Amino acid sequence: MNRLKQFITDFGWPRIIIALFLISLFFAAPFVDVRIDTSFSDLFNRFGMNAVLVLAMVPMVQSGCGLNFGLPLGVIAGLLGSTLSIEMGMTGTAGFAMAIAIACLFAMVLGYGYGKLLNRVKGDEMMIATYVGFSSVAFMSILWLLLPFKSPTMVWGFAGKGLRTTISLEGFWSHILNDFLAFRIGENFVFPTGMILFFAVICLLVWSFMHTKTGTALTAVGSNPEFARASGIDVNRMRTISVVFSTMLGAVGILVYQQSFGFIQLYNAPFYMAFPAVAAILLGGASVNKASMVNVIVGTLLFQGILTMTPSVINSVLKTDMSEVIRIIVSNGMILYALTRRTKVSK
Amino acid sequence: MNQSKTTRFLINNAVTILFVILSIMSIPLSGYSLPYLFQEILTRLGRNMFLVLSLLIPIIAGMGLNFGIVLGAMAGQIGLILVSDWNILGMQGILLAAIIGTPISVFLGWICGSVMNRAKGREMVTSYILGFFIDGLYQLVVLYLMGSLIPVLNRALVLSRGYGIRNAVNLVGIRQVLDNLLPLQIAGVRIPLATYLVIAALCLFIVWFRKTKLGQDLRAVGQDMGTAEAAGIPVERTRIIAIIISTVLACYGQIIFLQNLGTLNTYNSHTQTGMFAIAALLIGGASVVKATIPNAFIGVILFHLLFIVSPMAGKELVGSAQIGEYFRQFISFGIIAVALVLHAWRRRNEAEQSRSLLRGGGARQEGQSRTAGIKED
Amino acid sequence: MNSRNPILQITNVGKEYYGNRVLKDISFDLYPGEILGLVGENGAGKSTLMNILFGMPVIADTGGYEGTISINGTAVRFRTPFDALDAGIGMVHQEFSLIPGFTTTENILLNSESQKKNILDEVFGPRMDILDRPDMRRRALEAIGKLGIQLDPEMCVSEMPVGHKQFTEIAREIIRKNMKILVLDEPTAVLTESEASILLDGLKKLAGEGIGIIFISHRLQEVLDLTDKVVVLRDGLIAHEAPTAGLTIREIARRMVGRGFDSKEAEVRPSRATDETVLEVENLWVDMPGETVRDVSFSVRRGEIFGIGGLAGQGKLGIPNGIMGLMSAGGSVHFRDRNGVRRTAILNDPRSALEQGMAFVSEDRRGVGLLLDEPVDWNIVFTSMQIQGRFLKPIFGGLIKWRDEGAIRKTAWEYIHSLEIKCTSERQPVIELSGGNQQKICLAKAFTMKPEIMFVSEPTRGIDIGAKRLVLDTLRQYNQDYGTTIIMVSSELEELRSICDRIAVIDEGCVAGILPPGTEASEFGLLMTGVTARKTTQQQGAEQ
Repeated sequence: MNRLKQFITDFGWPRIIIALFLISLFFAAPFVDVRIDTSFSDLFNRFGMNAVLVLAMVPMVQSGCGLNFGLPLGVIAGLLGSTLSIEMGMTGTAGFAMAIAIACLFAMVLGYGYGKLLNRVKGDEMMIATYVGFSSVAFMSILWLLLPFKSPTMVWGFAGKGLRTTISLEGFWSHILNDFLAFRIGENFVFPTGMILFFAVICLLVWSFMHTKTGTALTAVGSNPEFARASGIDVNRMRTISVVFSTMLGAVGILVYQQSFGFIQLYNAPFYMAFPAVAAILLGGASVNKASMVNVIVGTLLFQGILTMTPSVINSVLKTDMSEVIRIIVSNGMILYALTRRTKVSK
Repeated sequence: MNQSKTTRFLINNAVTILFVILSIMSIPLSGYSLPYLFQEILTRLGRNMFLVLSLLIPIIAGMGLNFGIVLGAMAGQIGLILVSDWNILGMQGILLAAIIGTPISVFLGWICGSVMNRAKGREMVTSYILGFFIDGLYQLVVLYLMGSLIPVLNRALVLSRGYGIRNAVNLVGIRQVLDNLLPLQIAGVRIPLATYLVIAALCLFIVWFRKTKLGQDLRAVGQDMGTAEAAGIPVERTRIIAIIISTVLACYGQIIFLQNLGTLNTYNSHTQTGMFAIAALLIGGASVVKATIPNAFIGVILFHLLFIVSPMAGKELVGSAQIGEYFRQFISFGIIAVALVLHAWRRRNEAEQSRSLLRGGGARQEGQSRTAGIKED
Repeated sequence: MNSRNPILQITNVGKEYYGNRVLKDISFDLYPGEILGLVGENGAGKSTLMNILFGMPVIADTGGYEGTISINGTAVRFRTPFDALDAGIGMVHQEFSLIPGFTTTENILLNSESQKKNILDEVFGPRMDILDRPDMRRRALEAIGKLGIQLDPEMCVSEMPVGHKQFTEIAREIIRKNMKILVLDEPTAVLTESEASILLDGLKKLAGEGIGIIFISHRLQEVLDLTDKVVVLRDGLIAHEAPTAGLTIREIARRMVGRGFDSKEAEVRPSRATDETVLEVENLWVDMPGETVRDVSFSVRRGEIFGIGGLAGQGKLGIPNGIMGLMSAGGSVHFRDRNGVRRTAILNDPRSALEQGMAFVSEDRRGVGLLLDEPVDWNIVFTSMQIQGRFLKPIFGGLIKWRDEGAIRKTAWEYIHSLEIKCTSERQPVIELSGGNQQKICLAKAFTMKPEIMFVSEPTRGIDIGAKRLVLDTLRQYNQDYGTTIIMVSSELEELRSICDRIAVIDEGCVAGILPPGTEASEFGLLMTGVTARKTTQQQGAEQ
């Protein structure tokens, strides 16, 4: 009994409520003419699309930089990667690989600057990250209009200058991961094996990093920066490494998302991309300075589960689309809960 | 630091000066005439000042930029929706909207203050997220409950599906009612005198408030919570009161804003409220810990000046008005980012400085309370 | 000046913290206008007694106290500091409690400002009254005048010199209408000599108005100059109570620290000290808030157990923090490395100190010494892993250094056994362990480094008796077995005397003297309380 109580206190009531809510939705589904196989198919697809973006939260949380509200910076790096890859006319696996390579390069540079900035504002990272993210998106919007892209698939038709808001990946690398080794069960269930495998590989990468000497030092910095300093660790260097890593994961994450979605979205699209990722990892059990792979997987499943099931089930029951509102309430409520939780050890 | 007075002035007001320069450069580019701009600024001052002034009190109380004024804006909008529904016109409409909005904003302000108390040290992020959360609840009420569970008499306000308020509500009954209450025209320039009088009243209120005991307590709490608590000041309650006042003022501010525009964008009018007001205040030279009425005044003028001219200036410079739009966005976000960075940076510098000054003495640790007793491990 | 009836009567007051007795049978009286000097070492019970008197919640939360306290003949029992304030007791702490952006006047009248009533307070409450600033200024000047000092009522506190801040604090206490008793805790610690003497004059003036004053200080000369009677606390008991007239510094010092020299402690053990100097410290200064080091010089021999003692706040804790690079420091430090080569130590760089073979067990166990959320094994091996590269498996030819969980577990268990660390497993989060076991882990972390020189700060603070014994024995054993030089900083003189080869006493940020452990306790007491002029022959012998 005590262990159950301990589990509940640690896990938190909001998470338990949401998990139970999700399970009840799955049970209710067949009764309201929502197909389970379609739902699961959707769920796995959305899981794969978003999981890497959620994973991008982990390095910065572990190093004590807080929740990465500045994820848009990584997304921008990813967008630069994909647009430049298309500009070069590369298709298929080569195109995707080139996109990743360019994106990572940009992510390293952006992440480095971002990391240096965050080091000067210890304690206020989250708010500043949000607004640095926003300013960058707005700034990039100006650049998307001005940069000399030529590829006809990307540029506005009659003006010939400036990128379109949405760019189709048809013929380039749309679904390149999803379709790899994918299998069907029946008519409505498709498992995007390639994407899930890709996520597993990246997950393994992050997990391995956390087990190296540097990864261990990084965790210590987030756990107790004074201890780390007393042990001779260069706290600022560790934090910068975590920010660069987070930004790179964000860049790769948006590429995985895009290949499944089939479109590149520019301009104001990256604005609020950090929030679902933040909400998801918190939902998975992470705190403001501790996050693990399990948090990522559980959180993404729960969060995307809610997003998948709510529209279909509730819409069928109430004959109305409340998914947007529920998404807002659940994700922001989760973040609020994490922010107002008294941490066990004072920072 | 042996800097000359001018250098110090330049550093402290860097942001404002930058904006003045930007404005001076953009005005001729945009092609707008000065009289036109003058009229526009006058109108916008009347429209926005109240909202910006609602940010002052939480800053004095050390709670930073209150992104939660969005809550007050939502309360005001609920008031306006109901007033439109019941077809109450003129000043009665405005007053009734304010009366309806007041208890809602007191309640929301109380929630916001309490939540911020539970997240000390992270007030700004928390109020920011709370704004989104309450927006979700607002949408739940306005988009789903109104017209179904909450009766709406005027079916013209309701969406075609039968429930939920329309995206745009025409506030024709109260349009510019306050502005035109005391019409004044000088040399072809229209001045909404009544609105300005209301703003002046708020300024007087703020000045008076600072002189009261509550205002003094707020200042003490804002500077050092531990010492204030040890002296017997009810810190948590005082902070909540500050937020409640701010939220209620924001409610009235949003009503004034919307009566001037004449149209309520049900789901969008409030979302930018917080950010634009904060950006304006910061441009006027305020910081996260210090804000004055002149900051608000100068800030609104500069911010909106740039707001008006940047699309056309962008078109002149690079041939695209869209760029001006994005540039406007970039400036709003960027200025807040810069202010937050400066604040964080200055806060750490101050901590370093105070430590070196008290070398040999007992430097007070942040957050330690006198009532915690003499430390004995 | 002394009326017949005491304003404060403390009778048989005692306090126990969960079985640990800290105060016993404390009784004394304070008369109006009397100045009482309260002296004692750290841990003697001064702080606890003041916490009881001032109604600090920590006392009620841990089982209350025994005995009675009476104010003007009426028994009182304070549950919060506000009760004490209402009863007329004011307390000036060591740490400043001022609002930096407020003026002198505003701080003096914090939360007791003069107000002008208006109608709004009927509706919205009393806080809506406007402040009556002219009246506030008048009251502030009145309080300042009572102290007989010069203070600018409109100056912002953040711009004030430290001494003025102290005066402002005191003025804030005496402004209260019913102030009867004023307690000052080390008020002259931050003052210059001239400011201190102004303060003492001011206090005498206050006493002249009938206020009773309790003056806590370790500066015995001031105690002699100011007070009417002296109460010496030692180990929770009153060691001595006497009128000041006729007391000497030596007498007071002796009462503060003198215990019968317990022959059980004086085990003869072979010292591992060699003649080789392994550490030379010259003119070290350290900027550690509350433990400032101004100018410290000493040298340590290889294999020695060198003790550093002194009263709280005098700087002893700053020394290891400064040498290990945790606090900013300056001066020169030289050491001899494992090969006997004399090298210069780099200050302000924690990594460098660790790489050069020095290890540190910090006094701040929870804040600096441990990763509370991480398991036992992490805590033990972390520093060694990061600095010495142990507990890692190289992969891809050393490009990647992978955590060697097996080696980590093995080492963790070695120490769990040898130090008898009580835990459910090596993976248990350290936050769940008791203070004593946490301290053992800190020791294990330092031992894992196999250091040449080991600094240990307050090794037995906050640990129960049994664990204390074990910790000290472990240190001694380690020194015996490996000949490691140990530099031990402690507030407990007896602890130092039981295992050290030599003991330095730090006072006011400088070395007051170095004595052999067998020296009479009162000599230590003298050094601790600032009497450095006299050098005894014993002292000169130890400093060689």
